Amino acid sequence: MTELIKLTAAELAGKIHSREVSAVEVTQAHLDRIAEVDDHIHAFLHVDTEGALAAAKAVDEGIADGKAPASPLAGVPLALKDVLTTEGVPTTCGSKTLEGWIPPYDATVTRKLREAGVVILGKTNMDEFAMGSSTENSAYGPTHNPWDHARIPGGSGGGSSASIAAFEAAIAIGTDTGGSIRQPGSVTGTVGVKPTYGGVSRYGLVAFSSSLDQAGPCARTVLDAALLHEVIAGYDPRDSTSIDAPVPPVVAAARQGANGDLKGVKVGVVKEFGGDGYQPGVLRSFQAAVEQLRALGAEVVEVSCPHFVYALPAYYLIAPSECSSNLARFDAMRYGLRVADDGTHSAEEVMSLTREKGFGAEVKRRIMLGTYALSSGYYDAYYGSAQKVRTLITRDFDAAFEQVDVLVSPTTPTTAFKIGERVDDPMAMYLADLCTIPSNLAGNAAMSVPSGLSDEDGLPVGLQIMAPALADDRLYRVGAAYEAARDAAAGGALIHKVPELGGTK
Amino acid sequence: MTAVAELMDYADVIERFDPVLGLEVHVELNTNTKMFCGCENEFGGEPNTKVCPTCLGLPGALPALNGKAVEGAIRIGLALNCEIAEWCRFARKNYFYPDMPKNFQTSQYDEPIAFNGYLDVTLDDGEVVRVEIERAHMEEDTGKSLHVGGATGRIHGAEHSLLDYNRAGVPLIEIVTKPIEGTGERAPEVARAYVSALRDLLRALDVSDVRMDQGSLRCDANVSLMAKDATEFGTRTETKNVNSLRSVERAVRYEMTRQAAILAEGGTIKQETRHFQEADGTTSSGRTKETAEDYRYFPEPDLVPIAPSREWVEQLRGTLPEMPSERRKRIQTEWSLSDEALRDLLNVGAVDLVAATVEAGASPDDARGWWVNTLAQEANAREVELAELAITPAQVAEVIGLVTSGELTNKLAKEVVQGVLAGEGEPREVVEKRGLKVVSDDSALLAAIDEALAAQPDVADKIRGGKVAAAGAIVGAVMKATKGQADAKRVRELIIERVGS
Amino acid sequence: MPNISRDEVAHLAKLARLAVTDDEIDVFAGQLDQILDSVAKVSEVAADDVPPTSHAVPLTNVFRQDVVVPGLTQQQALAGAPAAEDGRFRVPRILGEEQ
Ligand SMILES: [Mg+2]
Ligand SMILES: [Zn+2]
Repeated sequence: MTELIKLTAAELAGKIHSREVSAVEVTQAHLDRIAEVDDHIHAFLHVDTEGALAAAKAVDEGIADGKAPASPLAGVPLALKDVLTTEGVPTTCGSKTLEGWIPPYDATVTRKLREAGVVILGKTNMDEFAMGSSTENSAYGPTHNPWDHARIPGGSGGGSSASIAAFEAAIAIGTDTGGSIRQPGSVTGTVGVKPTYGGVSRYGLVAFSSSLDQAGPCARTVLDAALLHEVIAGYDPRDSTSIDAPVPPVVAAARQGANGDLKGVKVGVVKEFGGDGYQPGVLRSFQAAVEQLRALGAEVVEVSCPHFVYALPAYYLIAPSECSSNLARFDAMRYGLRVADDGTHSAEEVMSLTREKGFGAEVKRRIMLGTYALSSGYYDAYYGSAQKVRTLITRDFDAAFEQVDVLVSPTTPTTAFKIGERVDDPMAMYLADLCTIPSNLAGNAAMSVPSGLSDEDGLPVGLQIMAPALADDRLYRVGAAYEAARDAAAGGALIHKVPELGGTK
Repeated sequence: MTAVAELMDYADVIERFDPVLGLEVHVELNTNTKMFCGCENEFGGEPNTKVCPTCLGLPGALPALNGKAVEGAIRIGLALNCEIAEWCRFARKNYFYPDMPKNFQTSQYDEPIAFNGYLDVTLDDGEVVRVEIERAHMEEDTGKSLHVGGATGRIHGAEHSLLDYNRAGVPLIEIVTKPIEGTGERAPEVARAYVSALRDLLRALDVSDVRMDQGSLRCDANVSLMAKDATEFGTRTETKNVNSLRSVERAVRYEMTRQAAILAEGGTIKQETRHFQEADGTTSSGRTKETAEDYRYFPEPDLVPIAPSREWVEQLRGTLPEMPSERRKRIQTEWSLSDEALRDLLNVGAVDLVAATVEAGASPDDARGWWVNTLAQEANAREVELAELAITPAQVAEVIGLVTSGELTNKLAKEVVQGVLAGEGEPREVVEKRGLKVVSDDSALLAAIDEALAAQPDVADKIRGGKVAAAGAIVGAVMKATKGQADAKRVRELIIERVGS
Repeated sequence: MPNISRDEVAHLAKLARLAVTDDEIDVFAGQLDQILDSVAKVSEVAADDVPPTSHAVPLTNVFRQDVVVPGLTQQQALAGAPAAEDGRFRVPRILGEEQ
């Protein structure tokens, strides 16, 4: 069974579709792995054993009946971030507020996965309402990094990234508001992609910051990410910000890239992302990656994006502002937690007491911050200015993409830090998303692909690749070319260097 | 409960103060579906059966804008002579309230879809007042709460509340006037006339049911007073829950007299929400707005901007019906009505009905006569609107036709109308069933005349002696005998002939 | 620029419907101050001639057809409710008034 969980999604799908193994066997292997290691990792908040096996069985039956698989990923087990609604399966967003809530509807991403025959194993741990960079803000306890259990798996989607790094699932879904797919990908040695805003429907994605949130694929290889990207992407009339255009040809781009030729591709190194505050080992890994791209034939130039340094402050105004409004609906009236309903308290008091009890410190902090930033008298200085910065950052990207096809930077300034290290210092925590935020503000596509281990601590480092809106395919071409070259040079995929977990505690 | 408010005599109020009004009207559109989801938009029904993840504000659900509602908003804006925004957005108005599922209302803030318009309002005496429109914007309705325990349905003293979200998300257009100044003692009347004119307009546009009793048209009245020598507006109150045209007038008048009494005593007006009590015509204090509410408006990120093309706007302008005020002018000319006659017509709300009756073949005078007199009385007696009577303009036209052709007398025609109203069928059916045909057969009449003359020989003698007026007694007897179905004029002619021969 | 007072924090908590404790007020006052100090930097480049961006995609006029789509049953709607009565969501007594 061990070899099954180590396979890529593409390999698993090949074996399932050719009836070499059954989807049920594959699913069971992953369920067994979860049972074996998740006590240590805590990637899952809910495992849907019955649902997963039933979905796998349906795929097997379809194939046995001679039907074509519903998608290239039919039968492949996936871990779903607990911020996407699942009909009949609990959805908590890592919050006490939604403990036990069972949505009466599927998110569009969930529906597309089901229709594609992808087997949803369960729901993964996350920072509460996706607010955080370490998954320590989950009300259900932290997730541990499979590379070092004392360290964070990144966040907010630490459960999704850890689940694939620990071989509990072949692929996973994350959501990325300020880097919550890419930064966890970076620190767990996995691939994470934030598609172009509007490329994947947000319907059923419990909103943190509506104008920034975007769901995307998490995988152990660029090709797997591309296959998953094609399953979940596409126009959805239920999301008014969804783009009514064909999905970029990401799978074809990944296959093209794997041939290893980047001649004619212009790569821009973002000048502003480096230097002070960056871990030297991260910078060395990044430099090596840039050299690798050059060796593949890419033309590399330095590009200045002067307003990127304003991205973090702008983000910490826009995201909290939107979240203060988005999270207002958690008021104990229609669903979720309710406390103090003892006949002595009014609805207003029950609302305040429930929200006080149901939300964790980081969520409250951001609600307060956003409430302040939107208040009359402060709106122009804070929220209004942040929206102007957003324009400036978009202009920086536009100017850069006039010169180059893709931009690159480290995904995050440091490798995985220790659990507990930054919990009392919100500002230090926020720095983890320094390099990933600009693409959220501008809405363009970005990927993190493993660039090896940092030489000083032996922990994974990520290379961030950024492409223009709707040019997601460029990420996959460059990412796949780089991945193939790096793996060849290192004598194998980075992920196989992750310490064995079985039985250790 | 506070003591009964001191009120100033209305004439004194007008002598010392100038009222300033601001009217906010919320109109529920009659679209098939809600503003942001595909749930049915219909009044009533079992609670929480017209809901979905979006209008229940479930985590993850998103809005999708109803194009028909945008069209309705633009048509209303055009009918109110507004400019239509080239580009505008929705905004979130953030405040907590249990009947609002997301705890923000998706509304429009500084970018309304329509702005800077006016509506000409005709008062009872024919004076026309132009009410300037500040804006008309799109938003969504809230759910409904039911308060259990304590006084029935009241919020005070309730033990708990029950929420129904069928109405949550119904498309609303909020129409806001600019301050209405200089109306003096007629302010209450202007307020009523404005809401009434707006209702007619919206009905003509067919964008709303405009039922104040069902809440599909709701009015909040802002009232303040300025001392005669003041240069700035006074502090205003906002009276909510004004659910009929009559209440609009009463509420404004009450607030004027209440505020004047306070100001005359040297007091200050609290800026607050007040509630109108239908029962005694007073307003009572609601929530005090110590500081302006901080709604933390910001552009709705889940909905993209609306940029109505000028082509679309012009196309919608082409769909506007004749405006009620223009129509009134045209009708006055076409039907040669005096100002008084037009006013009577308007007062009973009979313009449409008369027009339809004329359309069906009746003369304007006859049609007007029937609706303004006979049928208005019937409506009054039944306490319903004229339009709610169980008779159609076509049926009225048919009755008028029967009178014109001599088949019915006016008296019989009224009986036919009674029959129709009672549900006995079409006019001709009623004539048949009730046997109301005019007796025009002379031989039948002559028999009745001979009988009457034989019964009253002295009268016959008088007539023969030249006292023609005495024939009245015989006419009466004949009419009685024929149950009123004879033409009295013809009977008189026949009597004179008979006696003379 | 900012120097958030305890009163201001308490006011924000009220607006946000959070029954914060006294200790939290102190913690938040310090942290919000620190965060706001550092994010205030955005005003350095937010010149008057820069238009704000509210949406990452430049879409306009996304409309839905006015056609009824089946939603939830009453049972589904109330399934997650903390309390329900007579087909309605049951909530504690409401003190305030409609806006
Ligand atoms: Mg409003
Ligand atoms: Zn709905």
